[in-house]
Amino acid sequence: MSILIDKNTKILVQGLTGKTGTFHTEQALAYFGTKMVAGIHPKKGGETWTAGEGAGEAAGTELPIFASVAEAKKATKANASVIYVPPAGAGAAIIEAIDAKIPLIICITEGIPVMDMVEVKAKLDKSKSRLIGPNCPGVMTPDECKIGIMPGNIFKKGSVGILSRSGTLTYEAVFQTTNEGLGQSTAVGIGGDPVKGTEFIDMLDLFLDDPETESIIMIGEIGGSAEEEACEWLQEQAKKGRSKPMVGFIAGRTAPPGRTMGHAGAVISGGKGGAEDKIKAMEAAGIRVSPSPAKLGETLVSVLKG
Amino acid sequence: MNIHEYQAKRLLHSYGAPIAGGVAIYSAEQAEEWAKKMPGPLYVVKSQIHAGGRGKGKFKELGEEAAGGVRLARSVEEVVQHVKDMLGNTLVTKQTGPEGKQVNRLYIEDGADIERELYLSILIDRTVGRPAFVVSTEGGMDIEAVAEETPEKIFTLPIDPLKGMTDADSRKINRALKLTKEAAKDGLELFPILYKAFTEKDMSLLEVNPLIVMKDGRLRVLDAKVSFDGNALFRHEDIMALRDLSEEDDKEIEASKHDLAYVALDGNIGCMVNGAGLAMATMDIIKQYGEEPANFLDVGGGATTEKVTAAFKIITADPKVKGILVNIFGGIMKCDVIAEGVVQAVKDVGLKVPLVVRLEGTNVEKGKQIINDSDVDVIAADDLDDAAQKIVKAIKG
Repeated sequence: MSILIDKNTKILVQGLTGKTGTFHTEQALAYFGTKMVAGIHPKKGGETWTAGEGAGEAAGTELPIFASVAEAKKATKANASVIYVPPAGAGAAIIEAIDAKIPLIICITEGIPVMDMVEVKAKLDKSKSRLIGPNCPGVMTPDECKIGIMPGNIFKKGSVGILSRSGTLTYEAVFQTTNEGLGQSTAVGIGGDPVKGTEFIDMLDLFLDDPETESIIMIGEIGGSAEEEACEWLQEQAKKGRSKPMVGFIAGRTAPPGRTMGHAGAVISGGKGGAEDKIKAMEAAGIRVSPSPAKLGETLVSVLKG
Repeated sequence: MNIHEYQAKRLLHSYGAPIAGGVAIYSAEQAEEWAKKMPGPLYVVKSQIHAGGRGKGKFKELGEEAAGGVRLARSVEEVVQHVKDMLGNTLVTKQTGPEGKQVNRLYIEDGADIERELYLSILIDRTVGRPAFVVSTEGGMDIEAVAEETPEKIFTLPIDPLKGMTDADSRKINRALKLTKEAAKDGLELFPILYKAFTEKDMSLLEVNPLIVMKDGRLRVLDAKVSFDGNALFRHEDIMALRDLSEEDDKEIEASKHDLAYVALDGNIGCMVNGAGLAMATMDIIKQYGEEPANFLDVGGGATTEKVTAAFKIITADPKVKGILVNIFGGIMKCDVIAEGVVQAVKDVGLKVPLVVRLEGTNVEKGKQIINDSDVDVIAADDLDDAAQKIVKAIKG
C-alpha cells in the first residue's frame, strides 16, 4: 500500500514535448517502469514521442501524443496527469484535466499567476478531481511510481510518509529516512504557492489510513495558516484514536515580515504566518519538531524508540 | 511589485473610483506651477515612497520636531515651502527600517472634508483560495493593531470568482461599514470597481486606508496602496512601466535579471542554496549557531553554470559578507553544475572570504571532484548542521 499512486497508476503528460517534460518523463520511465501512457499537445495530436538515452533501459519507448486530455484519457484509460506546461498556460492545462475528469492531477509548474489558480480552485471544488501542487516536486511511491521531479535514487521502500511544502526539504527528509533504514511509503510535495490544490489535512488523512505508513514527517514553512489548521485537525483525530508518530519542521524562522521568500506562498503578512505559531501548533498536536533540517531522520528514530 | 500611491490612485481612477484631484511633482518649481492650478484652499503634500506610516514618519535631516511625510497646506506658498522641506530628504517610517527612504517624488492633492475614516482592502484569502474584502469602520489606523485589539471590528468577505462580485456582496460591505444614503449608493458602485481592478490587473493587495465618507456624504479613496503578483506581470506591460527601480535594492534588481530569487538581509553570511524551503532553513540554521544571514538566495531547480556564477557574484559584491555558505541538495539541479559555477565565479571575481560548500544528491561525487581539482580554497561540509557550524567558526577566525 501507499497513498495516491502505485505501480498501476497510468499517467498522461501535459507538456511532454518540452525540454522539462521530456527530461522528467524519461526519468520516470527509467524509474521502475512508471506507467507513462501518453502526452498532450494541442497541435501535435497523432505524432509520437520517443524516449531518449535519459530513460536508461526504457530508451526508445514510444508514447502517443493526443490533441486533448479528454481524447488521451479515452484512448489510454489514464487515471493521472502530470503538468509541465509553462506558467502562462498551466492554469488552463489544469482546467482541461479537471474537465476531462482526471482523478489525480499533479502540477509541477512554478510561477502560475495567483488569479489563474483562484479560478482553478473554484472549478476544482466543484469537481471530483484531486490536484497536487502547483509549484511542487510531485509524488513518489518508492520502487513503484514516480510522478514529477524528485530524484529517484535517494528513495527506499519503507514506512515513513513524507509531506512537505518544499521540494528540497522533501529530499532532505527522504535522504535521511533512507540513511536511517526506515524508507518511505509515499512522499508528497504539496507545493509552495498560496493557492493550491491540496493542503496538509487531505494528505494526513490518507497517511493515517494507509497501513504501510507507520510514521509521518511533515514539513511546513512561513506564510498562511495551513500548518495550524492541520495541527488542530490532528488533535481532533487523536481524540478519536487516529494518530501516528510524527516529526515536523518549519522553515523560515528568520525570514523578515512582508518579504516573499522564493515560494510565492512563503510570506509573513499582516502579522500572520510566522514560524513560531506554527512550531507551537505542531508541538501542541504532539508532533516532535526537529531543531534542524539535518536532523529529521535522527529525530524520527528517537521518537520511534519512544 | 509595488507602485506609488499616486500611480495606484490613477489606476483605480481609470476604473471609475472617486479620488481627489492631484499631481505628482519632482521639484519645487513644478509644485508651484501645478498648485496654482488647483482649487484650494486646502492642499495635501504627500511623500511618495513604497512604505506605509508616512504621516507619522520623520525626516532624518529635519530632526524630531519637524512635521512628518504627509502635510497639510493652506496656500500655494505653504505647498512650496513643504515641498522644499521634504524633497530629497530621507523619510524614516516604521516600515522603512532605520535607514529610511529618500523622497524623490511628492504628490499634491486637493484637501477633503472628512466625516468618517474607514478601512478597506482586497487580498487573496488563502484558507478559501479566493479574493476577499477586508473592511473595518476603524479606518486611518494600523489595521494590524485593530485586528489585535478589536478583531470584532474587522469584517471579511470572500468573493466567488466564478460568479464575480454581486450586489448582495456590496450590500454586505455597506452594512459592515455602516454606510447609508449617498455613501451606500457610492459603495454599490465602488466595491465592484475595486474588485474588477484587483482581478483584471492581477493585484496581490489593494488597500484603501482610509476610505473616507466626506461631509457631503460621498465616498472617496483617500489613500491607496497596491501590490501586484510578480508571476502575472508578463501580461501587464502597463503595470511594468510603473516600476520604480530607485525603490528597490540594487542586488535584488541584479538578481531578478538572472531570474534568481534573492532577498537582501542584514547579516554577514552570504548563502547560495537550491530550493526556497532549504534556503530558508539554511538562514535559520546560521542564526541558530549565532550568526545572521546576509541574504536569501534560491538558485532554482534548473540553474545553469552561468546562473550560479551570477548568483555567486551578487553575494561576493555585498561588502557585508564575511563568509559564504553554499548548500545544495541536487535533485534536478546537479552538483557538478553548481561546482563548475562556483569555480568559474571564483576565477572571475576572486574569493576574499571563507567559503563552505555542502553538496548532496545527484552527481555529488563529480561535484566534489571538480572542487577538489580546482585551486579554490573550499571548506567541505557533510550536512547542513556541519556546514553552518563550519562557516560560523570560519568567520570568527
